[in-house]
Amino acid sequence: MITNIEQLIARRDQYAPTVAMRHGHGHFVDAGDGIRKNVLICGGTGCTSSNSMTVRDALVAELRLAGIEDEIKVVTTGCFGLCALGPIMIVYPEGTFYSKVKPEDMKEIVTEHLVKGNPVRHLLYRETVKGDDILALDQTPFYAKQKRVALRNCGVIDPECINEYIAMDGYQALAKAITTMTPKEVIKTVLDSGIRGRGGAGFPTGRKWSFAEAQPAGKKYVVCNADEGDPGAFMDRSVLEGDPHAVLEAMAIAGYAIGADEGYIYVRAEYPIAVNRLEIAIKQAEEEGVLGNNIFGTGFNFKITLRLGAGAFVCGEETALLTSIEGNRGEPRPRPPFPAVKGLFGKPTIINNVETLANIAQIILNGPEWFASMGTERSKGTKVFALGGKITNTGLVEVPMGTTLREVVEEIGGGVPNGKKFKAAQTGGPSGGCIPADLIDTPIDYDNLTAIGSMMGSGGLIVMDEDDCMVDIAKFFLEFTVDESCGKCVPCRVGTMRLLETLEKITDGNGTMEDIAKLEELSEYIKSASLCALGQTAPNPVLSTLRFFRDEYIAHVVDKTCPAHACKNLMKYKIIADKCKGCTACARKCPVGAITGAIRAPHTIDTEKCIKCGVCISTCKFGAIVKD
Amino acid sequence: MDMVTVKINGREYEVPAGSKIIDAARIAKIDIPTLCYLKDVNEIGACRLCLVEVKGARGLMAACVTEVTNGMEIYTNTPKVQASRKTNLELILSTHKKECLSCIRSGSCELQKLCRDLGVTDENRFAGKNVEGLKDESTAFLVRDNDKCILCRRCVAACKNMQGIGVIEALNRGFDTQIGSAFDQPLAATSCVSCGQCIVACPVGALHEKDDTDKVWDAINDPTKHVAICTAPSIRATIGECFGIEPGVDTEGKMVAALKRLGFDGVYDMNLTADLTIMEEATEFLGRMKEGKNLPLITSCSPGWIKYCEHYFPEFTENLSTCKSPQQMFGAMYKTYYARKRGLDPADIVFVSAIPCTAKKFEVRRPGQSAVGAGIYDVDYAITTRELGRMIEKAGINYKALDDEAFDQPFDIGSGAGAIFGATGGVMEAALRTAAEVILGTKLEKLEFEEVRGTAPIKTATYKLGDIEVRVAVASGTKNAKELLNKVKSGELAVDFIEIMACPGGCINGGGQPVQSAATKASIDLKAARSSILYNADKKMELRKSHENLAVKKLYDEFLGEPGSHTAHEVLHTHYIKRGL
Amino acid sequence: MKKKMTTVAFNDTPEQAEQLNALIAKYKNVEGNLMPVLQGAQDIYGYLPLEVQKTIALGLGVSVSEVYGVASFYSQFSFNPKGKVSIAVCLGTACYVKGSGKLHEKCMEITGIGAGDISPDGRFSYDATRCIGACGLAPVMTVNGDVYGRITPAEIDGIIAKYL
Repeated sequence: MITNIEQLIARRDQYAPTVAMRHGHGHFVDAGDGIRKNVLICGGTGCTSSNSMTVRDALVAELRLAGIEDEIKVVTTGCFGLCALGPIMIVYPEGTFYSKVKPEDMKEIVTEHLVKGNPVRHLLYRETVKGDDILALDQTPFYAKQKRVALRNCGVIDPECINEYIAMDGYQALAKAITTMTPKEVIKTVLDSGIRGRGGAGFPTGRKWSFAEAQPAGKKYVVCNADEGDPGAFMDRSVLEGDPHAVLEAMAIAGYAIGADEGYIYVRAEYPIAVNRLEIAIKQAEEEGVLGNNIFGTGFNFKITLRLGAGAFVCGEETALLTSIEGNRGEPRPRPPFPAVKGLFGKPTIINNVETLANIAQIILNGPEWFASMGTERSKGTKVFALGGKITNTGLVEVPMGTTLREVVEEIGGGVPNGKKFKAAQTGGPSGGCIPADLIDTPIDYDNLTAIGSMMGSGGLIVMDEDDCMVDIAKFFLEFTVDESCGKCVPCRVGTMRLLETLEKITDGNGTMEDIAKLEELSEYIKSASLCALGQTAPNPVLSTLRFFRDEYIAHVVDKTCPAHACKNLMKYKIIADKCKGCTACARKCPVGAITGAIRAPHTIDTEKCIKCGVCISTCKFGAIVKD
Repeated sequence: MDMVTVKINGREYEVPAGSKIIDAARIAKIDIPTLCYLKDVNEIGACRLCLVEVKGARGLMAACVTEVTNGMEIYTNTPKVQASRKTNLELILSTHKKECLSCIRSGSCELQKLCRDLGVTDENRFAGKNVEGLKDESTAFLVRDNDKCILCRRCVAACKNMQGIGVIEALNRGFDTQIGSAFDQPLAATSCVSCGQCIVACPVGALHEKDDTDKVWDAINDPTKHVAICTAPSIRATIGECFGIEPGVDTEGKMVAALKRLGFDGVYDMNLTADLTIMEEATEFLGRMKEGKNLPLITSCSPGWIKYCEHYFPEFTENLSTCKSPQQMFGAMYKTYYARKRGLDPADIVFVSAIPCTAKKFEVRRPGQSAVGAGIYDVDYAITTRELGRMIEKAGINYKALDDEAFDQPFDIGSGAGAIFGATGGVMEAALRTAAEVILGTKLEKLEFEEVRGTAPIKTATYKLGDIEVRVAVASGTKNAKELLNKVKSGELAVDFIEIMACPGGCINGGGQPVQSAATKASIDLKAARSSILYNADKKMELRKSHENLAVKKLYDEFLGEPGSHTAHEVLHTHYIKRGL
Repeated sequence: MKKKMTTVAFNDTPEQAEQLNALIAKYKNVEGNLMPVLQGAQDIYGYLPLEVQKTIALGLGVSVSEVYGVASFYSQFSFNPKGKVSIAVCLGTACYVKGSGKLHEKCMEITGIGAGDISPDGRFSYDATRCIGACGLAPVMTVNGDVYGRITPAEIDGIIAKYL
């Protein structure tokens, strides 16, 4: 139990050596406990999905067999970021990075590396092997360009151990705030840092807090929006899985700042590991007295309740989230009144996103100037992106605001695989838009993205290559929105469906130029008339693809072709006569008998009969069948 | 009142602080179009039709939910606003079954009016796929056709927020959203009380009463049938609205004249059996007071309330007055006493009641509502004010031009006490006038019991009648009834006599009354306007006490004997069911 | 999407009924209790049949239509029990651009049912899910909670066979 600041500092100093050798690489620190090395295994969703916990069990068993279980500390951490390479394992102090490890690899790693000190080169992440040299994790291109603030503890500490968090200066910011600062000073610090909400629209966090603070004293709430729903975005999950206490600490700081004694975390039920780690973290924080009554002996009380979402994207919208916590259909309410005035259960409430909160303690500890020194003029600090789609290094990266898309995609992300050409990056999920290749040098910040018709959103960044049809992508996002519209207001409920139908008409080859005009008209209407941000931003994927890839729409409508060969109904299969040997293999496999031709003579496809199933293409050994 | 200054379309207005933009616009004599908005009942900003431009705001703002601020500049009619409203209506039309010519709401449909007002020219511009809407005709009183539903949620709010019941809800999500009950169960399988407030909330033809007028026409046109009709106290106060007369005009004489022209064999006044009800109920009350049993006594005139009690407060069914409602008493007397007197076979009588109520369609087929027995119901058909209005229109009667006529004898006399039955507190006041004079043995000097009047949700009062203190309470609307009964249950409120009406404001605001648009409801106090007719009528009358009604006295003398007699119980009383949830 | 209603008869055990009552009692006086109770009830029964929703409505003092209105809004609540083999394909963006649409079609073909449904013999249930966050493994499917990443339609038969 920690009842005052002195005890908190003592606890930090006690555990700091335990985690010390995980900073950077090559720094062995003797904690006096006989531990030579730390082996960190990712216990995030990505890696556990590829059985990292079985790997851990195998490692522990091998260590025992080798009799070195007291010398090697095995730590299950949160996400390292390089999800595509899971299961991931790092050995400190050297910082060597094993990727895609299997349980059967553990014997070799234990006997060769952990006993004899020789890293097992063939199991290392290939980017870290440079001739005879072995690079540490933080020397790889993937990590070198990153600046980890929100993710600073992810992949470093054991998220289920509050002492490791405390060892990394955890809860020092809360202590500083409630013992040395007034609530107004806390808010000023957050304001001065320039931090804006990481969840979507980028509203200045400090202003949100000051609105709630200005409300008459009484019951108020702090709500953490952990309903990360943008497809392809998983930074919030990684923070919750890897560093849950950072969120709890920030919520308590926010509570102190606005005069709230209660907080709710609304987290997606699809994130069982995050839920579990949060439950553990809340319990530990309460047991240690850093949450609960009379925190650090100051008389400040703060408790946190966990609420699970149930699969409704719209609940990421703040008023819908509140209605959902209140036990209703997650339908948004009109604003104003804003939650800061009338929020949860009708009381003043601030709602902050996970990543936003993960920055707060660092802002309090390091000062607003430190935070404001990163980023661009109107977008301060760093931003976490979830890289996905056609990119080599799928995973999570954190970079200073203002980093260009090119740096993120080509340098950190390793570029587009399979020699394909970068076509566009989609940011902001279903609320965002596509950034075309000629804007790849745009520095990424809130205002630049908005200016080019996209938005930061929560930070999903999906890379598209030449095989992706932009009309089809717009259709994909509209399908999502239609599915996730709550159904309350007319523009979103009916308008998005009519948008989708028009897109379907176009990808089916039945579109007209009038349909394109209709798409634009309807999109503008939905943007200005919808009740909540979901509807107001739903047309963005359509508008942004129309803006940058209008010729693709026109090709669908006028030429009835899909330039990316992605739209099934616009595709025709044909056999290149020169390449066809007349082996008849395709004709025999075709399920509808659409292919005919004599033996050893070029075959032909009856496009009327063809159902475009693709069996012929995979059957042909000569590459004679193509989509056109 | 704090005032703020706003600019609407460039002109300055002083409006009360805290007003919504829509209210401020009304002060500026501008009606902002709405569909989902129902003042004080449904203010959710969902239909997006009321969007206006506000200087400095990012998008368009919903006038129905946005409060004005000092200095706010509002534009209600810009090209952007006009375009938005038109597209909005076109999208709604793309999901709406447009059988406007044959729709029961043709002419009173709010969507139809808006399309005309806002210049919609192509109703199929956004035609697309639709989900098949739920249909429900499972109950005796209601037809739901969700193919016409525009998902404004006014019915849901009426049921849940206003009535505190919630048997209908928005179900599913997004484009698949529908209004209905759990697991798409038919309404008859739920604890719906049949109040019909959902119907009068509906802006379009998705909800309407089950129409029984064809059956009434068939009876009228059948020469072997004797067809009689009686009209409830409140419908004379509202039926004029069916013909475009503004709310608050008494057209009793025209109503009687019209009914006589429809071909009924007798046109009678239900105020008479309202008086009869008082005779029975006051007697019952005094009896229970004496015995100290099953108190508080709770009135039983409102069949929606009865069903509510049976579902939600079955522990109070013993407290209900066993008196049939005035409608049922009328039918029962007609088919027993009057049939005998006129030598009519009850099986040849078709008795119709014209009522402000949809629950009465349920009531007529309840068990225990057949004084004659042998499958002969006291009342054959209960038709709402709206249905009666349609019958009169169908017959081509020029309602407004009619000269007043009088009800047929011998059921033509009603007291002022009977007249005020149609407003909340009216039954209580009528009962008190009679009970007081019985207890005191002298004439009351002042007949008005002001404390139980008015449209407050719950009213309580204590009257000292000689040595006896009578503690009374009045509630209208089932949500208020719930609150009142919970207070009685917990012991917080001690009371001897309770009047409850299922509909807020009583019968004048019943689920069978003419539908008024949300705009009308927002600009006038419909309940007050309608009930003023009843209280004015009472005030002007000589006969203002039920026990002084000579027509009623004659019924006792010739047939019933004493109030509360064996015959009275056989003919005029009923029993209840503990339904539960 | 409108949820599929079950055709399977409700089977309540005394243990389950007791757990449900305890759950309702625990949350009875908690603000905003409906969601946690529905989630807990689904944990107990695996789905939320009418009978369970009625018990919840009575227990919490709300109308059953309100309970259903909430339950039918959120995609995680199921009105259908899960099959012996419960299959799901992620249709999140990352998976979609890597071809999960084809997995989706293949799974419907193998199971003979659409998303959100259970086969009449109770053997299969199939769901198309939102992003499950395993984007690094895209495209992803799960069978009885086990995650299979980077798979092709051709592999699905073999994966499912392991559970039969």
